[in-house]
Amino acid sequence: MSEPKQKKIEVSNLRLSYGQKEVIHGISFDIRQSEIFAIIGPAQSAKSSLLKCINRTIDFVPGAKVRGGIKVDGQDVSKMKNVYELRRKIGMVAPLPVGLPLSIYDNVAFAPRAAGMRTKAALDTLVERCLTQAALWDEVKDRLDSLGTKLSGGQQQRLTIARALSHSPEVLCLDEFSIAIDPVTTMRIEEVLKQLREKITIILVTNLVQQARRLADRTMFLWNGEIVELGTNDVMFSDKPASRQTYEYVNGIFG
Amino acid sequence: MAALFTETAATRRKRLTERLAQATFGLMALALVVPLVTIVAYLFVQAWPLLSWEFLTSNPIDGMRRGGIWSAFLGTIYLVTVSLCVSAPIGVLAAVYLNEYAEDNWLTRMINLAVVNLAGVPSIVHALFGLGAFVLFAGVGRSIIAASLTLAIMTLPVIIASTKESLASVPRSFREACWNVGATRWQTIRRIVLPNSVSGILTGVILQVSRTAGETAPIMFTGAVFFKKIPEGDVFAYSLTDQCMALSMHLYTVTTQVTNAPHALPYAIAVALLGTVLVVNALSIGTRVYLRSRKKW
Amino acid sequence: MTQTTVQLSPSPTAQDGAELLLPTRVKRRFSEIVAERAIEALIYVCGVSAILFVFGIFFFVFREGAPYVFGGEFKPGEFLFSTKWYPTSVSNARYGVLALIVGTFSVTALATFIAVPFGLGAAVFVSEFSGNKGRETLKILIELLAAIPSVVWGFIGISVMNPLIQDVFHAPVGLNVLNGALLLALMSVPIMVSIGEDALKAVPDSYREAALAMGATRWQMVYRVLIPAAKNGLLAAVLLGVGRAVGETMAVLMATGHAINIPHSVFDPVRTLTATIAAELGEASAGSPHYRVLFIIGILLFTITFIVNLTADLAIRGIRKR
Repeated sequence: MSEPKQKKIEVSNLRLSYGQKEVIHGISFDIRQSEIFAIIGPAQSAKSSLLKCINRTIDFVPGAKVRGGIKVDGQDVSKMKNVYELRRKIGMVAPLPVGLPLSIYDNVAFAPRAAGMRTKAALDTLVERCLTQAALWDEVKDRLDSLGTKLSGGQQQRLTIARALSHSPEVLCLDEFSIAIDPVTTMRIEEVLKQLREKITIILVTNLVQQARRLADRTMFLWNGEIVELGTNDVMFSDKPASRQTYEYVNGIFG
Repeated sequence: MAALFTETAATRRKRLTERLAQATFGLMALALVVPLVTIVAYLFVQAWPLLSWEFLTSNPIDGMRRGGIWSAFLGTIYLVTVSLCVSAPIGVLAAVYLNEYAEDNWLTRMINLAVVNLAGVPSIVHALFGLGAFVLFAGVGRSIIAASLTLAIMTLPVIIASTKESLASVPRSFREACWNVGATRWQTIRRIVLPNSVSGILTGVILQVSRTAGETAPIMFTGAVFFKKIPEGDVFAYSLTDQCMALSMHLYTVTTQVTNAPHALPYAIAVALLGTVLVVNALSIGTRVYLRSRKKW
Repeated sequence: MTQTTVQLSPSPTAQDGAELLLPTRVKRRFSEIVAERAIEALIYVCGVSAILFVFGIFFFVFREGAPYVFGGEFKPGEFLFSTKWYPTSVSNARYGVLALIVGTFSVTALATFIAVPFGLGAAVFVSEFSGNKGRETLKILIELLAAIPSVVWGFIGISVMNPLIQDVFHAPVGLNVLNGALLLALMSVPIMVSIGEDALKAVPDSYREAALAMGATRWQMVYRVLIPAAKNGLLAAVLLGVGRAVGETMAVLMATGHAINIPHSVFDPVRTLTATIAAELGEASAGSPHYRVLFIIGILLFTITFIVNLTADLAIRGIRKR
């Protein structure tokens, strides 16, 4: 862990504006291979928007303008020809659980099918594997053709994670994934994340400072669209982080 | 303190105006319903002597003074079917474009403006358009195909509007979940958006069936005629290049052009037309209710 | 930290860790990609088709009337402002449409005057004063009212309203402005109710709650708060109803009589622009000036309804933006 790892994602001077209002003011940072990178900050810090820029779903937000560079594996995302490949490389888990109005099986098989996978055997294996990784398999294995939207909130969130894993992402982004689920399920998922970290890079956006402390290797404190501080967890959560604001936010003095 | 809650002349007046207002507005709403019910009842009663299955299935004879309405009824069915086969696909796809692909630019604004204006074009102007474009310019002559195309352009904006509404009722979060896993826009539409908007789309299309069946002006000069003899009972009696009779046109003809028609005849035609329209409307409402009960989220 | 025994399902073990992720080297079938491109192109074409159709309508209607406009005989002043409409006169055919314009205007104005209180009143009732069941029933009934075809209304005008007007008002003729206006009112009310109700629903509940909290009765809340707040949408509702009335053909053709002159009372028969086209197009020989002028009247109608609907749409845009 001591020698610097490869850069998986490089952000340089990123600016994002919605119409006339700029929400990200020229930030630059790197995310390294196989680390858990947490982004903390109060609400409205543009944390979710940042994730949308990385997988280019910001394209679907009317009025959004992106300037500056984001590189994934050295490739500029805005210049990528096949944006769908990019989105498959990056798994995204949204804050609110979303079960698609399809069967549970089809929910997880959706992404591989969209990518072109057709053989039933391969899909069966993939569905089972992803549901297992998302700690949902045991609960739903007997009812794979029931509707995904009829599951409980916690189950739907795990289903979303299974979906995010179904296209073999190299980067997994989780945007406040534990907001709508209970602590037990959260713990299970955190176990899974720790397992996954060996193979993939994980970006964890969270309001729960303790969660960042538990899981991450490095944490970035984003506030009002600017980086207040970025460092390893030892520093960020210690008594003497580089910035006074970090100390105050982490210890609940503001935020 | 007690003075706050006792009734004074002022509060009594307030309650009275409140009751009065409620009654007035209620009466206004009732004033719409009462004519509807009485008129429909009156028509039905006047038409009663002539209503029968034979009336529907036999042709008009004796200068349209006796007999039934089969040729007109069949003509209406042809016109409605052909026109909907054209306007439904175009309308649905146009709505898909507007709701799923269009960006917020001047082109989109122009399209929306065009749809609104298309919806407001008077029916007789549609007739003139059909005459100028299909009958004359395209050279198909007065025919079922010309009249149907004219009707199709007329119903297009309403299908676009109602389809757009159905598409918009599918939550955006579903689409975002699909985009996040690398699905293309069309894949998302095909697997998630369209299958879950079918109920609304179907309702809108069925509603247009009833509207198309009642229209007269657009078909008057593009393909409908006062009278045409066709064999009874043959469902394929008309061909697309034929002119045809239509129920709506028939009502106009018998009311204004036929002398010495028996009293009940125009009433019977009106009831037949109204009945067709109301049955199709009821079907649309029923579809809406049934499919909504099978909602998937 | 307290030890709580929680039964977790077996987490993926380190053994699985190496195989946690399937490599998915799949690609979409070429045919699938081609089909997707094709259908997206089709979608785009259908999307812009509305613009093509609007232009098409204007173009083809104008095309039939154009030779008369550019033929040298057309005098716009005489066309628009003369009441002398004698298209069939062999010696001196004249095409002044003022009487027709006034005909359209009088029937529409009277219809709107009748329809607005009932239409907006019913909208207020449905939105604010009725219970759920009443609302559903009323909405279905109004939907059915809207479904009645215009030729049936025309028939009602001839068979029901005609004798009724003659009896009740002792009018000499029953096919007149009043008859047409009553029919048009009944036809445009459903639109007013539907759009008006939308406009009232768009007003946030907080307005209602604030007014009632201050001790206003429901009527005062409606009159003082809701209607002013919803006035854009209500105006749009009225305008759309007017647009419908102006463009209506069959009902006025059958119910307003056949006299082409400026009415002096509501009991006078008139002719509207729409009815004139419908009544005379069949008899005008193709290519004749009469025929072409009827198409020009079509352009006139198109322009009028265009303006009315445009205004209504701008007003609606105002409420949607909130």
